[in-house]
Amino acid sequence: MHDPLSPTTRLPIDSDADLSRVRQRVRQAAADLGFRLVPQTKLVTAASELARNTLVHGGGGHMEMTLLGDGARRGLRLSFVDTGPGIPDVERAMTDGYSTGGGLGLGLGGARRLVREFALDTRPGRGTTVTITDWATGLPSPRTGAS
Amino acid sequence: MTRSPATRPVPVLALGDVLLVTLQGELRDEAAEQLRYDIVRRIGAGPSPVGGVVIDVSGVETVDSFLGRVLAEIAGSARLLATRTVLSGMRPAVAITLVELGLMLPGLVTALDVESALSLLKDTPSQTLPGHPAHPAFTEEGA
Repeated sequence: MHDPLSPTTRLPIDSDADLSRVRQRVRQAAADLGFRLVPQTKLVTAASELARNTLVHGGGGHMEMTLLGDGARRGLRLSFVDTGPGIPDVERAMTDGYSTGGGLGLGLGGARRLVREFALDTRPGRGTTVTITDWATGLPSPRTGAS
Repeated sequence: MTRSPATRPVPVLALGDVLLVTLQGELRDEAAEQLRYDIVRRIGAGPSPVGGVVIDVSGVETVDSFLGRVLAEIAGSARLLATRTVLSGMRPAVAITLVELGLMLPGLVTALDVESALSLLKDTPSQTLPGHPAHPAFTEEGA
């Protein structure tokens, strides 16, 4: 089981200043855990996409960051939580090019390609939580969900 | 509310007739949108003619789909105003991440560093740059 190494940190996502703060905090945590540069950059970019979704589609919310230990492995779990309208058609929302926010529509599908573990929980009218987890190892990450 | 340095407008420097923009560290969405406006206004409204724009991103650790879109839109707007844009100095980790994200920014001309970007603008007639690259400094090849 993945044991938290420390209490979960909670960061608000209510403005574009918060998006910057999320990126900075995730980068720092990943660097501290020993993530190499490329996985670190992918994780921060995924976090940026998901935090922007929380802000733009979810009407704001927060991120929960937990440092994980699993034997010798160190990992980072990030949950992006909003209480917005939810995603009516998840499959469609994961498709590249589908956007309701004026973006490029790469946010969800793109973020999923950048990390090893991706989970989405959405309830129409109640909100959305997207959780991603990645691990700091010397091995290249397996390609999950890539076509 | 405190305003961090990142909310200040990004400086647009004139180097001869080339506009040089250096992005550093964390760029907020608001600052990116402001930069787009500043560059496009400068091209269209003077005071002096602009022969090209170089945007150096060597100091940027993260480019997400929002910033990528803004950069591509700056280049697109500049092109409509008959001005070429070259994006220089992208870090390898950022390039790898953008490809996996699915954002390959076709139409955005790139160079490895500012110096190559400037010589690219100097050596290439303006008609040939925006379309299909035919210059040795272009390193993008279909993989």
